Amino acid sequence: MDTLTDMQQAERKLEVVVLRPLTQTSRRWYVWTASLLVIVGIGIVAYINQLANGLAVTGMRDRVIWGLYITNFVFFIGISHAGTLISAILRTTHAEWRRPVTRMAELITVVALSIGGLMPVIDLGRPDRIPFLLQYGKISSPIVWDFISIATYLTASLMYLYLPLIPDFALAYDRLRGATSSIRLKLYGLLSLGWLDLPEQRRRLTRGINIMMILIIPIAISVHTVVSWIFSMTMRAGWNSTIFGPYFVVGAIFSGIAGIITVMYVFRRIYHLEDYITAKHFRYLSYLLLAFDLIYLYFTFAEYLTTGYKMEEGENFLLRELLVGQYSLFFWVFVVGGLLIPATIIILPWTRKIPLLVLGSILVNIGMWLKRFVIVVPSLALPLLPTEWGVYIPTWVEIAISAAAFAGFALIFTLATKLIPIISVWEMKEGWERGLTARAPEPARSAPTLAPLAADTGGADEP
Amino acid sequence: MNDDPQDLKQRVNRRQLLKLLGTVGVTPIAARLLPDLLPHLSDASPAQDKTESRRIRQWVLVFDLRKCEGCVTIGEAPQCIEACNAEHFVPKGQEWIKVFEMESPGGHSFFLPRPCMQCENPPCLNVCPVGATYMNEEGVVLVNHERCIGCRMCMAACPYAARVFNWEQPENPPGATFATYSPEYPVPHRQGTVEKCMLCAHRTMDGKLPACVEGCPMYAIYLGDLTEDIATNGKDVVKLSLFLASNSAYRLKEELGTRPRVFYIPGHGQESGHDIDEHRPVIPARSWQEQGVSLDDPQGGH
Ligand code: SF4
Ligand code: SF4
Repeated sequence: MDTLTDMQQAERKLEVVVLRPLTQTSRRWYVWTASLLVIVGIGIVAYINQLANGLAVTGMRDRVIWGLYITNFVFFIGISHAGTLISAILRTTHAEWRRPVTRMAELITVVALSIGGLMPVIDLGRPDRIPFLLQYGKISSPIVWDFISIATYLTASLMYLYLPLIPDFALAYDRLRGATSSIRLKLYGLLSLGWLDLPEQRRRLTRGINIMMILIIPIAISVHTVVSWIFSMTMRAGWNSTIFGPYFVVGAIFSGIAGIITVMYVFRRIYHLEDYITAKHFRYLSYLLLAFDLIYLYFTFAEYLTTGYKMEEGENFLLRELLVGQYSLFFWVFVVGGLLIPATIIILPWTRKIPLLVLGSILVNIGMWLKRFVIVVPSLALPLLPTEWGVYIPTWVEIAISAAAFAGFALIFTLATKLIPIISVWEMKEGWERGLTARAPEPARSAPTLAPLAADTGGADEP
Repeated sequence: MNDDPQDLKQRVNRRQLLKLLGTVGVTPIAARLLPDLLPHLSDASPAQDKTESRRIRQWVLVFDLRKCEGCVTIGEAPQCIEACNAEHFVPKGQEWIKVFEMESPGGHSFFLPRPCMQCENPPCLNVCPVGATYMNEEGVVLVNHERCIGCRMCMAACPYAARVFNWEQPENPPGATFATYSPEYPVPHRQGTVEKCMLCAHRTMDGKLPACVEGCPMYAIYLGDLTEDIATNGKDVVKLSLFLASNSAYRLKEELGTRPRVFYIPGHGQESGHDIDEHRPVIPARSWQEQGVSLDDPQGGH
């Protein structure tokens, strides 16, 4: 062992750190998982109640026909863009610093898509008739478009998550022998598909990943586009927009990046990944976040100015309620808290610190949730005929189910960390091998960069 | 209607229609595909009466607002709503036809009954993911409640807020479980499915006027047929096109391109003695339970 090079030592250390959560489980983990299970359990009780008594137990009525469920749907589908799309873009552009974060990003996609895809099902009046979508699906309906593209995206992102996992499953199989149950070991063996790290295998894997990373980009874009089209294929004020497709895609990537930053921070703290996920990762991702923040701000401005200027009656009503009326609190919290404050945090060098960046990301997602709410609800509440504004107050059932959705998101994540290595070990190693010919990496520093997305500002790595 | 009631039943069956399409140059392939693309051409349609006539009715409604005074002058709830509620056992809390009090430019108001517009280009139909909303050959937009998955996309798409939803299991009249359900007469009602006015398809099929037309004490509602260019309110018979044109009829939100089949003749109830200076609000309509109707009643239809 004393002949190990620095590089080998670094690799060993990485393996140990990354594989540790698979075998060691703290008491805190159990407490955390149990509390999530409780919240999910309450949500399930609420849903059973809804199944038994009908959607009457929700706050939705004939005017405001969609509420929290559809808001959550758009939100989670948005978050799902974090992952795959971003990791695909970073891989395609050979951004070397991506290596420690792609796995998490891809995992976010799969989990968020599953939770998001469940939301419209929960919203259905007749969930027992889901098979009708396959049996009688009518291609002219935006709901069918959604069904198709979300199913495609889920399949593709599962593959995209799985492919880079193959060598890591093999690693887990090798390293965890004796440290874990034989069933689990067998599972790793099975999932690694006989990976021996042969050049031919590597070549094939790389090809598979390359194909997926290109494929995933149009699929991901199509998903959020058709989600927006559920709204913009109608003639309602606020929804009747031509830019909804790109507007939603940008919003999705925006909230997705914020999602990655938040998740990255949590994992870094809990599983002590400080050596691999460094201040640089937060900084680079927040530059991306800033870019999408500004694009989203621009889209929002363009959308509301072009409709607001003309003041067509419905749009006029709607805008008034958004800007100064009953929804103004939501709207301005979104604009100030979800767009302006996070942008400021990133722009100012002295606030560009990890905890503040994470805070900004959380604010972004709170803002984006509110934004989705003010997209869904006010346009429905708006009178189509001379009546009062529709009223929508979510009930405990909707709140419990929504809470369960968020808890379920965290829960699947928590469980997944016990099964799969949360950092792609082989890709890290590959990066080191490629990036450094002479000098072994000092793990205490950041991962090497070949093509950073943005220039390093030279600021301190750690706040 | 000056029509022989038997005549109203006349319509082509599917084979005849396809033959007709074939003769006007639609390729046989298209004719084969058509039943899939247009569910209303399929055999599932209960309209199977076969006659020699190839005429297909194209129903429209005309509301003569000069006569409609929201039933306020007679101190009743709108009788069209109540007739509709009784006819279809409309679930409590729903109104398939609503009467709105609209503001006129001069500051006064008039009454506007709003059923489903039976749009010729129905946004609700286009967005339905499972084809539960469809149009029959008479241009009536129907909902198949055995197919509807309750996504409410159609409600989001309808610009006239004509659709309502069974948020819970609606109360059905005793014996309704044994009633034969059809999209034309959707009783019993089902939880988690969408409901709306279907222009009393079950009644027009039998040569009867829709419940609202019959129920209106002011004879303000006309059922018309575009094919024969005729309309009646149960008392007078008019030539539809002339009636619409000479009275400056309009349609709601015409600019949306939905091509509604419901027309309005502007007015404020003046012909029914409504005093425009006297403001009386619309009285809430009674549900079928409150009216005490049952499935055996003649207005119960079946
Ligand atoms: S609620 Fe029913 S009728 Fe309406 S779009 Fe959905 S499935 Fe079709
Ligand atoms: S009025 Fe509404 S429900 Fe009726 S056909 Fe038109 S869009 Fe459909």
